[in-house]
Amino acid sequence: SLFITPNKNAQLTIVIASNIQSFCCLFELTEKHLVLLRDGRTLIGFLRSIDQFANLVLQQTVERIHVGKRYGDIPRGIFIVRGENVVLLGEIDLEKESDTSLQQVCIEDILEEQRLQQQSRQEAEKTKHLALKERGLVMPRSDIMDEYGVQHQY
Amino acid sequence: MCPLCGWDVLVSYLICGTLHSVDQYLNIKLTDISVTDPEKYPHMLSVKNCFIRGSVVRYVQLPADEVDTQLLQDAARKEALQQKQ
Repeated sequence: SLFITPNKNAQLTIVIASNIQSFCCLFELTEKHLVLLRDGRTLIGFLRSIDQFANLVLQQTVERIHVGKRYGDIPRGIFIVRGENVVLLGEIDLEKESDTSLQQVCIEDILEEQRLQQQSRQEAEKTKHLALKERGLVMPRSDIMDEYGVQHQY
Repeated sequence: MCPLCGWDVLVSYLICGTLHSVDQYLNIKLTDISVTDPEKYPHMLSVKNCFIRGSVVRYVQLPADEVDTQLLQDAARKEALQQKQ
């Protein structure tokens, strides 16, 4: 592992860091992985490559949409994810996966549920924004999730 | 390894885990994840270990009584002097 602390030989540490291709153990490259992206998406697939920037290559990727206790999977194929968009990368434990109480539904249904959820969120956000504006507070909006699960919509 | 390894970590009031390792980018590896509210955030239920990219971490809060601030100040001062030389 490349846990290098700053020291007098700063030049030397830089050389060491650039020689390291990957900072994961080998076993991580054969398991199913879950990736959380900054835009709120969840991707599940086989991690084929990772580098020091956390750029990822996922195979047989599926985009999983969660609404309440239901979820839907959209097959996406091969994904190359730029590291800066990665929030979290987790290894899926196959035993734990079969244990969950979540119900899988078809893609059309989950997309509809997601649309309704986002609609109600936007309405709540609008009323909140209006209330804050009346009190003289204007919150800046961004395209990045500030708080996991709360995405600001334009 | 860093002296904080093995500590319990709570991420964004969402994910509980044990700190496995930290790297130069302050990427964090956690083991034995559990979700604090599985009803609200069911995504992570089947994940045991995870890697968190350092750039998405806004801040890390350490319990005040676990940190020897005097020692920390002295160490930081010493390192600053060493770097100057």
